[in-house]
Amino acid sequence: MKLTLNVWRQKNGGAPGAFKTYEAPHVSPDMSFLEMLDVVNEDLILRGEDPIAFDHDCREGICGMCSLMINGAAHGPVRGVTACQLHMRSFSDGDTITIEPWRAAPFPIIKDLATDRSAFDRIIQSGGFISASTGSAPDANAVQVPKNFADLAMDAAACIGCGACVAACPNASAMLFAGAKIAHLGFLPQGQAERSQRAINMVSQMDAEGFGSCTNIGECSAVCPKEISLDVIARMNRDLIGASLKGVEPTGVVAVPAK
Amino acid sequence: MTGVLTLYRSSIGKKVIMAVTGVVLVGFLIVHMYGNTKMFYGPQVFNDYAAGLRDLGHPIFGHEHLLWVMRVLLLASVVGHIWSATVLTMQSQKSAYARGVTKVKRYEKKQRRTGYAAYTMRFGGVVIFLFIIFHLLNFTFGVAGYSAGEYIGEQGGVYNAYNNVVRGFSHPLVSGFYILAMLALGLHLFHGVWSAFQTLGLNNEKYTGTWRAVAMLVTAIIILPNIFFPIAVMSGIVHL
Ligand code: HEM
Ligand code: SF4
Ligand code: FES
Repeated sequence: MKLTLNVWRQKNGGAPGAFKTYEAPHVSPDMSFLEMLDVVNEDLILRGEDPIAFDHDCREGICGMCSLMINGAAHGPVRGVTACQLHMRSFSDGDTITIEPWRAAPFPIIKDLATDRSAFDRIIQSGGFISASTGSAPDANAVQVPKNFADLAMDAAACIGCGACVAACPNASAMLFAGAKIAHLGFLPQGQAERSQRAINMVSQMDAEGFGSCTNIGECSAVCPKEISLDVIARMNRDLIGASLKGVEPTGVVAVPAK
Repeated sequence: MTGVLTLYRSSIGKKVIMAVTGVVLVGFLIVHMYGNTKMFYGPQVFNDYAAGLRDLGHPIFGHEHLLWVMRVLLLASVVGHIWSATVLTMQSQKSAYARGVTKVKRYEKKQRRTGYAAYTMRFGGVVIFLFIIFHLLNFTFGVAGYSAGEYIGEQGGVYNAYNNVVRGFSHPLVSGFYILAMLALGLHLFHGVWSAFQTLGLNNEKYTGTWRAVAMLVTAIIILPNIFFPIAVMSGIVHL
């Protein structure tokens, strides 16, 4: 396949960026999207040019590092798939493909297509965990979890924290991510003790990071590689309303570094 | 009480204000639509209804007392709704404001994969707001949309609402704007009513179809009759 790429290049967060056009003449339909970029980069290095910076790690859809806006869609045209698992056969010979970084003010650009998503880490840090004493290993099934709750918790836990939901959202809201994390722990017995505090803390951190506010549009769920449902947002809302009215105050909001 | 304040400080709390005030306004619109249908029974019934509104809750409430309670409640709802919408819109635009340092727009167009109504909430809201202002100037105060002498205010406890509605809707521009505003309101309600269930945490995949149907039904109940009133006047079904 022969493709033309329209790639966002930006030296660093402070420098102005622009689209640059590259030819990719020898693309196999069996390559993944990231392999295609690797080939383009090797060519750039041979020519002594700066390779295109993009985030990646596992390349099997589980780490959440890859983060490409492909033709205006987060993770590209195929539903339920990360950019690393997207294959070039999803495109046609002769296509022009526009590749951009995630777009949201709380995700500043580091370089080219790589953005700083530590805002998500701080949201987790503010409450996305369970404080449990770590004694000797408990017996299996000592804590009973009903099957349907286990399934729902697992569905929510599938979130890999990639940030596609923010990138796709017209409000650049992080509610699908935060909702998934809150629902994941909130469905499990081990998560009950801190459930109210968790909702208050994570939502406060999300607001402090400057993410936008959800208007229930649903673009997030439509691009989410793990197809997290909008249900988790309704559940987060319910947890937050309950926790606030119980008088729970935010604690442990993590300082947001100046951008 | 501090709990309410904690809730208010979060973005989700402001959404809750929008949902609750929105539901109050939806309730008002249903009652208002029902009141309007009295125009089909002729001037006497319609004008008596206008007068009756002033004595709502009589004899427990004095003349216009309950009416004022409702007016204050409605005004508070409209203000709370628009205030929250504005604050949240500003927060979202700041977050979504992704421009390069050169101030050039950084991005190509984003793909849209979901319905249309959700995208028109802010624009639709502004149209509805302008409509509310015009609507009050027009039917309530009689200072806009009439030729000289058409509007008749209160005459010693007698209301001429019927005359004012028929004369008002005889102007094609007034009727046209009214119908357009109702279409905007329809889109707003279709997304908004479903959205309120989601915001209040009452939605999940099992119920979402039901809430969509409820939103559709509420929208139809409010919008279809409301659009029919100006059409009824212009086609002569309702006349002086
Ligand atoms: C006066 C001008 C108005 C403006 C500027 C406005 C604006 C908005 C905006 C921006 C939203 C948020 C969209 C979303 O979250 O999905 C919204 C939601 C809503 N609006 Fe309005 N609106 C107005 C009037 C009304 C009226 C008159 C009603 C009632 C009939 C109404 C009912 C609702 C409802 C029920 C919601 C859903 C709340 C939620 O998302 O939970 N709005 N409005
Ligand atoms: S909710 Fe989906 S899109 Fe958002 S961070 Fe998690 S996996 Fe990525
Ligand atoms: S590189 Fe790990 S999810 Fe794509």
